Amino acid sequence: MIGLHHYLTVGAILFALGVMGIFLNRKNLIVILMAIELILLAVNINLVAFSAFLGDLVGQVFAMFVLTVAAGEAAIGLAILVIYFRGRGNIAVDDANRMKG
Amino acid sequence: MSYGTQMLFILPELVLTLGSLVLMLAAAWGGQASTRAISYAAVALLIGAGIALAGPASTGGEAFDGLWRADAFGTFAKILIYIASGVAILIAPRFFAESSGDDLRPEYPVLMLLAAVGMGMMVSAADLLTLYVGLELQSLAAYVLASFMRRDQRSAEAGLKYFILGALASGILLYGISLVYGFSGTTLYSGISAAYAGSKSLGLLFGLVFVFAGLAFKIAAVPFHMWTPDVYEGAPTPVTLSFASAQKVAAVALALRIAVEAMGPATADWRQIVIFASLASIILGAVAAINQTNIKRLLAYSSINNIGFALIGLAAGTEDGIAAVLVYMTIYVAMTLGSFLVVLQMRGTDGQPVESIASLSGMSRTRPALALALGMFMFSLAGIPPLFGFYAKFAVFEAATRAGLYPLAVIGIASSVIGAYYYLSIIRTMFFGEPAPAFAPSNSVVEKGLIAASAVFISPAGYLLIPALSAASLTAARALF
Repeated sequence: MIGLHHYLTVGAILFALGVMGIFLNRKNLIVILMAIELILLAVNINLVAFSAFLGDLVGQVFAMFVLTVAAGEAAIGLAILVIYFRGRGNIAVDDANRMKG
Repeated sequence: MSYGTQMLFILPELVLTLGSLVLMLAAAWGGQASTRAISYAAVALLIGAGIALAGPASTGGEAFDGLWRADAFGTFAKILIYIASGVAILIAPRFFAESSGDDLRPEYPVLMLLAAVGMGMMVSAADLLTLYVGLELQSLAAYVLASFMRRDQRSAEAGLKYFILGALASGILLYGISLVYGFSGTTLYSGISAAYAGSKSLGLLFGLVFVFAGLAFKIAAVPFHMWTPDVYEGAPTPVTLSFASAQKVAAVALALRIAVEAMGPATADWRQIVIFASLASIILGAVAAINQTNIKRLLAYSSINNIGFALIGLAAGTEDGIAAVLVYMTIYVAMTLGSFLVVLQMRGTDGQPVESIASLSGMSRTRPALALALGMFMFSLAGIPPLFGFYAKFAVFEAATRAGLYPLAVIGIASSVIGAYYYLSIIRTMFFGEPAPAFAPSNSVVEKGLIAASAVFISPAGYLLIPALSAASLTAARALF
């Protein structure tokens, strides 16, 4: 029987993978965008699992909002990536060092 | 309560939302030539929203089945947000006209207005869903604004870094929200508060930690501050001004409301997190600023440092403490607006912005009034009496000692001395350095007037405002308890 704990474990693993994807990835900025999506989907799994478990619709409504915002976020992220690429000619993570820090 | 009455509770947001949509259409229609007209219309809308705050929008209470709360706390924060956003819109046309990068496009004021709507939702939300939508509305507008100078590589890089770390912060906050929702069974602050008052499960505590980590990102508190210097340096200066003032106020107000209204019964649990973030921000903000050569990076570390002091008031967790944070943020906004307006005046003879601290050398001889103003802002940020910045720090330390947090207050006061070092070194450069090439003369009456206004506010004359300011902040803080 698959219970709430299984869903939460999958959510936690996906969330950790997403966070590690942002910090460990040294190659490509697109991978970072994918990692961000992974984090948001991990949250959605949590929300929907809780919603089903509690018998409360708010979690599913919340998941719809997260999906919508994630779409907007991806659009803006890609747009910023495009102007970044135009100025720099590549999208390597290590190259984003025009400012020290 | 009828739907129409509830609409009055969100009147400022309605004015801004509908207004910005109309302006967006006008911008698409009028194109580049309409930029200035749309900027002024946007400022007029912000004033209109400020007037709309006077009605039920600041006294109404709960609306939309508890999703929204129109109270004095939200009003206090919104007034600061509208003022700072208005300034950020007003100063932009001249900045973009004189910089070699892109021209100002009419989207800029529209995005600022949308960010202001989002910030208003953040401070008035009484439900995690409203909070999330408001936060994202503000963040998405901010990502675009940070990379607004498309041909400037630093601006694009700032936008990219802000986007990645901002999205990560939203993700962490959301993960916390999902846990809080799951273990309390509701997204309403009132219901969450009831859940924390009961037996706190491990899930609720994990949720609390994740929510506070996400909020720490948004207010740029250590250890989640690393994006701040890069973003502040790379973003166009008017945008940086709004990040450091309006968005900071919104994020701090949001943190206050969540901490007290939703997680008030868990004060003992989040207090340790807040104390750590506060002390770490004060110390790192002070130490890391010492070697900076870029004035915008320095102000970024200064803002980290100041957030640390504001968090001392939150750590107290009392009405006094919350009121002290609001007083702190008010004075901080005046100092920040003033400092960034002075940074805007720093232009070489070719009109290009200059950002190095070395270029301030000997400014007391070339531009005495400007040097005096920046000197006042720096003394005030350092918290040196008799300037108003001293009262801000005094208020938070008083609240902390009243709540019995003596070690926190003592360490805070001791480390404010480290912070004073770099503020004073700027003053030394300005007043005792050999004169560097003079800046291009400034002919903007608006900017001079705004600098003078903030200088008067933080001057000893500001102390006259203390009765009004403390009464307003106390009313606002009471609305949370």
